[in-house]
Amino acid sequence: MIRIVLAEWRKLRRPTLFLGTIGAALFFTGLTSTFLYLMIDSERGNSDRGRQVSRAVLELSGGSVYAFASVGGLLGIIALCVFAAQTAQEYTYGTLRNLLVRQPGRVRILFGKLIAMKIFALLMIAISAVVSIGISYFLSDRAKVSTNLWFTADGYHEIGKTLLNVTISVIFYGITGMILGLLLRSPISAISIGVLWILIIENLLGAVKPVFLKWMPGNQFTTIAQGGSQDLSYMHALTLGTSYVVVGAIVATVLFSRRDVSN
Amino acid sequence: MTTMAISVKDLSKKYESGFAVSHANFEVPLGTICGFVGPNGAGKTTTIRMLLGLISPTGGTAEVLGESITHPEKYLSQVGAMIEGPAFYPALSGEENLKVLATLGGFPTSRVSELIKTVGLEGRGGSKYKTYSLGMKQRLGIAAALLPQPKVLVLDEPTNGLDPEGIQEVRDLLKKLASEGTTVFVSSHLLSELELISEYIVMLRKGEVVFAGPIQDLFLMQQPFILVKTDSQSDLQRIIEIAQADGHKASIRSEVAHIEGPAEWAGTLNRKAFEAGILITQLSPQMPNLEETFFEMTGDRK
Repeated sequence: MIRIVLAEWRKLRRPTLFLGTIGAALFFTGLTSTFLYLMIDSERGNSDRGRQVSRAVLELSGGSVYAFASVGGLLGIIALCVFAAQTAQEYTYGTLRNLLVRQPGRVRILFGKLIAMKIFALLMIAISAVVSIGISYFLSDRAKVSTNLWFTADGYHEIGKTLLNVTISVIFYGITGMILGLLLRSPISAISIGVLWILIIENLLGAVKPVFLKWMPGNQFTTIAQGGSQDLSYMHALTLGTSYVVVGAIVATVLFSRRDVSN
Repeated sequence: MTTMAISVKDLSKKYESGFAVSHANFEVPLGTICGFVGPNGAGKTTTIRMLLGLISPTGGTAEVLGESITHPEKYLSQVGAMIEGPAFYPALSGEENLKVLATLGGFPTSRVSELIKTVGLEGRGGSKYKTYSLGMKQRLGIAAALLPQPKVLVLDEPTNGLDPEGIQEVRDLLKKLASEGTTVFVSSHLLSELELISEYIVMLRKGEVVFAGPIQDLFLMQQPFILVKTDSQSDLQRIIEIAQADGHKASIRSEVAHIEGPAEWAGTLNRKAFEAGILITQLSPQMPNLEETFFEMTGDRK
């Protein structure tokens, strides 16, 4: 298994992919964190969908990671794209046959790839967390937000909890990308369908009938990153999100291990 | 211990559209070079994919190095393969691509630079794969197939895109590998190349094996023939009549009389032509070559 992980890592560490992905993650992290503090008094809101996040909320023990939790969904979409591309490209480049000749254990190949991509995602999450907390701390003074509770025992607990939630969320998004990559066998189709569904279709359905969002996979994953929301409990999101990922992963794994490799 | 590198028994692959491979039977002895020939769509690549565990047969069995193809993990570490042309990650260098496969297969990455040199890519190993010419890609594919120091080397059209010098290099490399005990199973449309190196031939047509065995046996199955040229078309027609009167099959192809018969009969033909007042300008006894035989057996002559 370790050989598969190391082989996959050779592909993931190439500068264009690694720096490009980390760069995108930092861009969204920086943007979200900066707006949260710089637009704190704006009437147009300082959070997603024009929501207002007050000083009182940011001054709580979880204030240091509020921005980071908010960016979890975007990090998840980045992970979805990377996981989908890395999986589906094996079909489009025809390299899957090389991999399977060198390592015929198909399920092992799949798990090895997943572990390598998880490590990649963890790095992205860790760097984003540091940058987000750093920006939040740096801008808190200017936004007149007290950080007294941020680095207390409760504060560190909140940081740990949010890191864990964002990690679960990002991994779920990533596995969804991998499932789409395996099913569709084309990076462009997998990424476009995944992103279109999460960013557009779920929101449209939610706008038509908000109760739909309670069952949408993307909304579950984002809610996990945020540790729950007003409309959706954390446990509901975690249970349903896990169910979606487990069922999808089983279907994709069975298909991958049985399907002929003809390209 | 098995003496066969590859043993195929009644192997079939059926799709909705019909059989890609139908009840194929053949064996490839260890340490030989076996040419795998057939027209496009004959089922060569499907057979190779089944032997490598990439697709499942719908019928029959096969063994590679004595192990069933239902358990490819038992033999693939000793098999090198390039299937349907080279396939690598465009954004990685040639070397890095080989290192991915070496890491995956558990082979020392130190072999990579040695292989880059073996296939004539020295100086370009660090360049991105997407910048490679077709010939360079092909060379990298061969290098990847050689990574495990294979007992069985399966190559699908390894000389595609190579210049004459490259083709000769590949031919010499395959001969060298075979002399060291590697079994080479190679499909190619360059039949004259295969004829130069192959000891065994497996010939496919529409998914069915039409011949499998030593290449000499294949030629023995074919009639030798005599090519005759004359000054005029009417004389050529008379030559055909003389041959047919003696019980030989004969036809005119591209202004040359093509007469089935042994080399010894050429003298008789020359005498009879002289007696008939026909001036023969060329009389050339020929043994069938692989290309002729291929067209004869697959019925693919256009």
